[in-house]
Amino acid sequence: MRFMFKTDYEDDIRLFPHSGYVVSYGVLLAILLIAPFVLSSYIVSQLVFVCIYATVGVGLMILTGFTGQASLGHAAFLAIGAYTTAYLQQFNVPFPVYFLAAGLLTGVVGALVGFPALRLQGIYLVIATISFGFIVEEILARWESVTHGNEGMRVKTIQLLGTSVPRDSPAFYFLCLGVLILTIVGTLNLLRSPTGRAFVAIRDSETAARSMGVNVSLYKVKSFAISAAITGFAGCLFAHKLSFISPEMFTLQLSIEFIIVILIGGAFSPHGAVLGAIFIVMIDPFLTYLKDDVPGVVAAVAAALGAGSERAAHIQSNVAAFASANGLKGAIYGVIIVLFVLFEPLGLYGRWLKIKLFFQLFPLYKRATFKRQKIYVKSERNR
Amino acid sequence: MLDFVQQLVSGIALGCVYGLIALGFVLVYKATEVVNFAQGDLMMLGGFFAFTFIGMLGLNYWLGFAAAVAAMALFGMLAERVVVRPILGYPQFSIIMATIGLGYFLRSIVGMIWGTDDFKIETPFSEGVLRIGSLVLAYDKLSVIAATIILCALLYLFFNRTTLGTAMRASSENMLAAYYMGIPVKRVVSIVWAISAAVATCAGVLLAPITFIHSNVGLVLGLKAFPAAVLGGFGSIPGAVVGGVLIGVIESMAGFYLPQGWKDVAPYIVLLVVLLLKPEGLFGIHMRKKV
Repeated sequence: MRFMFKTDYEDDIRLFPHSGYVVSYGVLLAILLIAPFVLSSYIVSQLVFVCIYATVGVGLMILTGFTGQASLGHAAFLAIGAYTTAYLQQFNVPFPVYFLAAGLLTGVVGALVGFPALRLQGIYLVIATISFGFIVEEILARWESVTHGNEGMRVKTIQLLGTSVPRDSPAFYFLCLGVLILTIVGTLNLLRSPTGRAFVAIRDSETAARSMGVNVSLYKVKSFAISAAITGFAGCLFAHKLSFISPEMFTLQLSIEFIIVILIGGAFSPHGAVLGAIFIVMIDPFLTYLKDDVPGVVAAVAAALGAGSERAAHIQSNVAAFASANGLKGAIYGVIIVLFVLFEPLGLYGRWLKIKLFFQLFPLYKRATFKRQKIYVKSERNR
Repeated sequence: MLDFVQQLVSGIALGCVYGLIALGFVLVYKATEVVNFAQGDLMMLGGFFAFTFIGMLGLNYWLGFAAAVAAMALFGMLAERVVVRPILGYPQFSIIMATIGLGYFLRSIVGMIWGTDDFKIETPFSEGVLRIGSLVLAYDKLSVIAATIILCALLYLFFNRTTLGTAMRASSENMLAAYYMGIPVKRVVSIVWAISAAVATCAGVLLAPITFIHSNVGLVLGLKAFPAAVLGGFGSIPGAVVGGVLIGVIESMAGFYLPQGWKDVAPYIVLLVVLLLKPEGLFGIHMRKKV
């Protein structure tokens, strides 16, 4: 067991509190760097999606997790980043320029959304961001001179430093990984700066933050802009990965998936965004596995337990029918969201912290350490 | 002019459906400060229950309607008990996510059981029109409007004239104080959910002749009911219905007079404008935080 003696304020905000962190993150980085040369191209492609979703998750976390402003409109920001990419590509703009443009333009749009959002609280903000998402989706479908409407747009391969970076090459994976790492490090640095502290203060109590001299409006708009800009960068990579974009990809469903990312991972640390992204990306391969392999396995188990061959075949067909039922994905999403909200509100990363603390304090661990407080007076309505 | 009236009536009819869904939001929001994102899906499920009772089991329309309402009231209680009660008192966003999850679950379960096709319920109002001069009004639309008025009147009387209604208003004002006064808050909340699911079922059954019911209808209409609820001020029962009618009329007018595409976004644009100019809605009460 390690005892941390903090003698100085710097100890509290250090990125790596002790050498153990350097070693474990170093090992993780090394594994991620050799991954594309060891793993199959399918898995690497899934890892790219994990990186993109995690980047959006970190962006959303700055707004929802740290500033406390819920958003169900992040698919729209992703769409703006992706369409900026596709539009600028038509004029042979080089990659670094349109990559930055995608992020900056989305950040500006985010700030513009942030201004009206200043007056809104809680549920109203959720509904307003949903509306924003719908309006952007409709604009993308109707503004045909720029977005080609429902026909969608092709996105060409990245040209970087004179070489092309195809969307399934290791180089593209490294690009996405680099963006993710930069985003995470940037976010961690932001959080230990005065700006990040102001965000957290606004989340915990707007009134208290204001009376301590935090300019609430300014920081809320900043939070919107930063969150949107990060999502815009991710949108650029997303467009390249899919190589084709159309308005119906950026629906409310996608916004909800982003929220699920941070809900399942845990909305209080970038670790959560990565874990949640892994989870969301894994659902599709898991469903395929459920469809293809599980019925056979179940039938084999049933046969081994002494069921007749006819009965085993019957069980197999029943399981197969269930696993390939339409909308199983929706049901799984639904059940998982409800279970996490009810039983694991801090998400997967919260569970990891609990396990870690359990072993650190071994015989003395109390479950109440992580208990949330219930408030029955109508605080949110009277804010 | 005739076109205008025709559009107005169909807008009002559609708006009444939005209003009924919004009414469900408002009831639950008033009582527990929970925004039920699955309200539209409760409506959809109610429609499917009615379809099963009327279309598949061949019950009489009114009998099937009543059975569906009763079944959904029980289902509303169950949903409250399983999903919402354990997290009451936690931040609002957790509860919103839980109801979104419930909605996902209901949509896909309905898709698995009944399939993803469109279904139609035969009602006494499906056929026939009312002619006033050269104005043609379909009975199915008029039935929605009439039912909305009746439901609103009943709910108004219930909330203002009965002991249970008073208990509900008390616990919506301050749950803790109501509990200390001896009001069984948990039971009250579960009755509120039952009522809200029953209202949603009425909306679903009335809607069935106008647009068919399918597993995604709740999502589409439920999201349109948000602007309605916000327009009316989230905590007001008459406001929800008025807001719903306004949204229905705006949508129907936008579909008729404006270029294609405006119909779908017009309600949301109105919503954003209302939120910016008058965030407490048309009938809402502005509240301030006491420090």
